[in-house]
Amino acid sequence: MDIFTQQLVNGLVLGSIYALVALGYTMVYGILELINFAHGEVTMIGAMVALTAIGMLVGVAPDLPGVLVVLGGILVAIPICMLLAFGIEKIAYRPLRKAPRLAPLITAIGVSIILQNLAMLIWGRQYVSFPEILPTTKYELLGAHISLLQIVIVGLALSIMAGLWLLVERTRLGRAMRATAQSKEVAELMGVNVDRVISATFIIGAAIAAIAGVMVSAYYGLAHYYMGFMLGLKAFSAAVLGGIGNIAGAMLGGLLLGVIEALGAGYIGDITGGFLGSHYQDVFAFFVLIAVLVFRPSGLLGERVANRA
Amino acid sequence: MLERLRQRPRLVFALLAVLLAVLPFMMGFGLGNSWVRVLDFVLLYVLLAIGLNIVVGYAGLLDLGYIAFYALGAYLYAWLASPHFGLHLPFWAVLPIGAMLAGLFGVLLGAPTLRLRGDYLAIVTLGFGEIIRIFMNNLNAPFNLTNGPQGINLIDPVRLAGFSFGKPLHLFGMTFPPTYFYYYLFLGVTLLAIFVALRLQDSRIGRAWAAIREDEIAAAAMGINTRNMKLLAFAMGATFGGLAGGLFAAFQGFISPESFNLWESILVLCMIVLGGMGNIPGVILGAVLLTVIPEALRYLGDLQRATLGHVVVDPADLRMLLFGIALVAMMLFRPAGLLPSRQRKREFAAEDGVAEQEQASLYDARA
Repeated sequence: MDIFTQQLVNGLVLGSIYALVALGYTMVYGILELINFAHGEVTMIGAMVALTAIGMLVGVAPDLPGVLVVLGGILVAIPICMLLAFGIEKIAYRPLRKAPRLAPLITAIGVSIILQNLAMLIWGRQYVSFPEILPTTKYELLGAHISLLQIVIVGLALSIMAGLWLLVERTRLGRAMRATAQSKEVAELMGVNVDRVISATFIIGAAIAAIAGVMVSAYYGLAHYYMGFMLGLKAFSAAVLGGIGNIAGAMLGGLLLGVIEALGAGYIGDITGGFLGSHYQDVFAFFVLIAVLVFRPSGLLGERVANRA
Repeated sequence: MLERLRQRPRLVFALLAVLLAVLPFMMGFGLGNSWVRVLDFVLLYVLLAIGLNIVVGYAGLLDLGYIAFYALGAYLYAWLASPHFGLHLPFWAVLPIGAMLAGLFGVLLGAPTLRLRGDYLAIVTLGFGEIIRIFMNNLNAPFNLTNGPQGINLIDPVRLAGFSFGKPLHLFGMTFPPTYFYYYLFLGVTLLAIFVALRLQDSRIGRAWAAIREDEIAAAAMGINTRNMKLLAFAMGATFGGLAGGLFAAFQGFISPESFNLWESILVLCMIVLGGMGNIPGVILGAVLLTVIPEALRYLGDLQRATLGHVVVDPADLRMLLFGIALVAMMLFRPAGLLPSRQRKREFAAEDGVAEQEQASLYDARA
């Protein structure tokens, strides 16, 4: 039983990170119907920038408490990622807004390649490790070990999700975003500055991605120029699982995918009688994804897309 | 000049045939034998792009797991013609089996995804591709099927009528590496594929695919069996992929899961979108460009040495960066692709009412 709770906890931590990245995908998709392939790379840049800043801070002020140092890293990473996402949208997506849908997908892939290789040029091919400055306190709950870091990650992720929810549902900007998602033309007629709303969507997604990037690198203790790809893929899968374009769906999908993956890693050997080992955890995750989509073609919380004639 | 050539298609064909026939020698003597190898890969990617174009360009089904079929063809070839299982079946027997197996998997993948549209289809096919790759990576236990991440090597080279493609040929005091023989083999297969794809395009089937791509409901209303047609598109595209995979395995003599990652699927998709989706000359152009550009960028090191005196940035690091920039720039420059089909060009210049209609269909021009 304690394996179960332990994997459940690990899955929830991983899942809340997926959910944060998935939010960026789903917000952009909701408004532009674009798979922002570069979003995973923005997350990676966030992690890398934050790690560099953290390294500098540790060098300058070694006595500073670890939490403050990491906070400083996040505060450096957020504006850089925001700027990056703003630029990406302006250069690579905006000119193609009226082009066929696959054109911006290709530029998104191009941007993703560019960011990956830029990161490789700047930070090198090797893993960058996260300095051991955070407290390693562990608690026991129902036979599972939970570290303080895990609690903070989940707590922070949940509060960011709540904050985003409030932003979208309760503010003027949020209303403008929802209006733009429904119809750009009508929103424009109602006085919404659509370009600005789209930029804002990218910027908000990037800020969340930066935080998620720091979380991943803190959780695994390292960052790598290639980390954005798999993370982005998983997060996008999570967004689709929940119903792409739907913010609550991205949260649900992320948490679910994380838990499925963790439980899959823990139990797949037992289920298949030792035939498949834990390195099949990704197969398990993708298999569940496919199964869900086959039975609910527009995701768990997605609207049933009416067949448009 | 161009006008005059257009009036004489036979002359153009003859010129093209001569050019294709002597191309490896021109490349080999002009740029070195490594470029003949690049030429072989260009042909393989053209074959892959033509296969994927059937699924994405003709039928409008966004497939991000296409490379899985390439992998299946390659692994089947490796199982049946290498010391891995001790089997050494002849080339002509293995290649069709690989293509058929890939086609079968195309249907197996297609069947559950028939209800899915657009991005949901993309993510499911992507998941399928990843599943195949992970299995290839891990099926060295409990029984050794794929030899895991090490892959399978010592795959038999192609042997045609007693002539082995495995050894270089010495002729007239010159040495021709196997890449030359493979060039002509690949050229033959690719030309055949181009012929099939062109004939399909204007056939009853091709028109049914176009109808499904533009509007599935209207297509069904016109009496097209959309289920069978979609499955046929998946199967046909997958068959081409499997064929390319078998050729790749024989050519390379070694395969590993590394060669079949998601990036390859994405790259092939980029080729057809960049070149001009649905239009065969465009697809070929896209495949040629996206294969040659990264190779040409290998000369960056020499360029730096010539202009700056020493290598400032490792060309291997710079290569993909510039590739990404080129991809973005070309797409911004020609959003409909470099050589769009006549129909797409018209759709782009459509009047508002027509354009609005187009907006509704998932992967087409938007107003």
